[in-house]
Amino acid sequence: MGSLLDVVDLQTQFVTRGGVVRAVDGVSWDVAEGETVALVGESGCGKSVSALSIMRLVAAPAGRVVGGRILFKGRDLLQLDEESMRRVRGSEIAMIFQEPMTSLNPVLTIGRQITEGLETHLGMAPTAARARAAELLSMVGIPDPARRLPQYPHQFSGGMRQRMMIAMALACEPALVLADEPTTALDVTIQAQILELMKSLSRRLGVAMLMITHNLGIVARYADRVNVMYAGKIIERGTAREIYATPRHPYTLGLLRSVPRLDEPRRARLDPIEGQPPDLTRLPGGCAFAPRCAFRVERCAVETPPLRPIGAPGHVTACWEAERLTAVREPVGGRR
Amino acid sequence: MAIARVPVPEAVEAAPPGAVARWLAATREFCRARTLGAVGAAVIVVMFAVALLAPVLAAYDPEAVDFGAMLARPSLAHWLGTDSFGRDVLSRLIFGSRTALMVGFGASVLGATLGAILGVGSAYFGGRVDLYLQRVMDVFLSFPLIVLALALVAILGNSIPNLIMAIMVPMIPRSALVIRSSALAIREMPFVDAARAAGFGHARIVLRHMLPNVMAPYLIMLTAFLGQAILAEASLSFLGLGVQEPTAAWGLMLRGAAVEFAETAPWMAIFPGLAISLSVFAFNLFGDSLRDALDPRLRTQ
Repeated sequence: MGSLLDVVDLQTQFVTRGGVVRAVDGVSWDVAEGETVALVGESGCGKSVSALSIMRLVAAPAGRVVGGRILFKGRDLLQLDEESMRRVRGSEIAMIFQEPMTSLNPVLTIGRQITEGLETHLGMAPTAARARAAELLSMVGIPDPARRLPQYPHQFSGGMRQRMMIAMALACEPALVLADEPTTALDVTIQAQILELMKSLSRRLGVAMLMITHNLGIVARYADRVNVMYAGKIIERGTAREIYATPRHPYTLGLLRSVPRLDEPRRARLDPIEGQPPDLTRLPGGCAFAPRCAFRVERCAVETPPLRPIGAPGHVTACWEAERLTAVREPVGGRR
Repeated sequence: MAIARVPVPEAVEAAPPGAVARWLAATREFCRARTLGAVGAAVIVVMFAVALLAPVLAAYDPEAVDFGAMLARPSLAHWLGTDSFGRDVLSRLIFGSRTALMVGFGASVLGATLGAILGVGSAYFGGRVDLYLQRVMDVFLSFPLIVLALALVAILGNSIPNLIMAIMVPMIPRSALVIRSSALAIREMPFVDAARAAGFGHARIVLRHMLPNVMAPYLIMLTAFLGQAILAEASLSFLGLGVQEPTAAWGLMLRGAAVEFAETAPWMAIFPGLAISLSVFAFNLFGDSLRDALDPRLRTQ
């Protein structure tokens, strides 16, 4: 499978009063055609900024992509002029936002919000666009689309709105969908429905997906490959199976441990990761996770660990002490 | 307190009332809750009807001079008397409503709309565009409305289109100021970013996505402007810089002979004065009630 999106050494910074925030700091990853890739990390680690950088929608003038390349179908999106970039947005790369409540325009009808993209990107006639919009709504499982089209977003429930966002994203048959925490704002039961829908549609239509989330449960079930981000850098990458079975970075391990599990006896408390994420304006030298890391050695505070292959092919980690992790990991999984 | 949840039948939500029914319901609610505003609205409706039906309603040609009936007191033949040229005051008032509404509506709709577009655009683009645009607006805002309008009429010359233009220009920054502050909040809504991510151009986002979201402040500005614009037109005409004789206009009826004969023929000045006051009052009443009805912070309950 060829690479659809190739992000190479991406650097996005924000200039603030407190200094320059290196939100995305030299990150490289790729998405193959039809593949679902996850970008995982806690709030503020640069996941959303990565997606916005691809869309070239980082809020200027404070935010700026300062380096790297974003190769989409062989073209560097960072080199495109604004007009060509606009044609990429929505029609070749679509985005699904976190808040289905506020990501839809409250004063435009559902039908209008879907047909607008069809009309502007595909040049469809209004009647054809309407028919296609109805088709899309039924595709995402919204019953009785003809009656739904003239309604407004407030007449839809949260889950229905997110379905509608998916319909909007898929309207122009993009090659890649960036989903920024698509289910965070939804009820758990609805989350599963939405994720199943996204999975089945991406399979059926051959759409690649970048799933941005902090929920490792989602990752396990719906992603092919996983990139774990911390403080603007990717610290571990591998197949979802690998990451789950043998995490090779203390941070990934910490994330997995902080997920409550139903299949384990109830413990008095979870194992949260101690401390706070670092201030991105004043990153310490060496590994950014070192201050919170239980496996820290002297070297960690001095030298920044590069990503290096470990274990199965494709599995990389940015940890000096990754080998030690395999040994101590056992009690975690075996604590049943 | 136990809350009994009555299951709402799906059909209730399923069949939203038609647009007409919703407007009717809203209108009924407005009349009930804001009686004064409804009275204002009624006066406005009457004014419109009068303006539309002017040729039918007026007993005399408003420009016809009758030297046999100069300065006639109100009588059955001339309900509100005649002026120094023997023209029927009532007929001139009736036709004057056309001038007032045309200039009033023309200026306030154009002013509020252009201001809204500038305000939303200013909020959307932000940064330097916003900064420079707002400073230009500040310059215009530093002139009182009537002074700026006067200066513009003096430059443009006085015809009705020029009058509309002159009154419209000072309204633009006032509208832009208010609409911008609403649009700043809209700018931060994720759907604006979503529209960007969907590949829509700036003009489309400003005009089709953001503008409909500032409808409430827009309508409030518009109704507030209507009264001001009618007053401005009357003032300019009174000062001799607006509508020219012999066209019927309320402000015009107050000047010249009306001043000269104020004591012997007071009807010449009283009735146009009342017409101006009543219409401005009606627009202000309606505008205030509309603002209260549309402003969620002031909404009762």
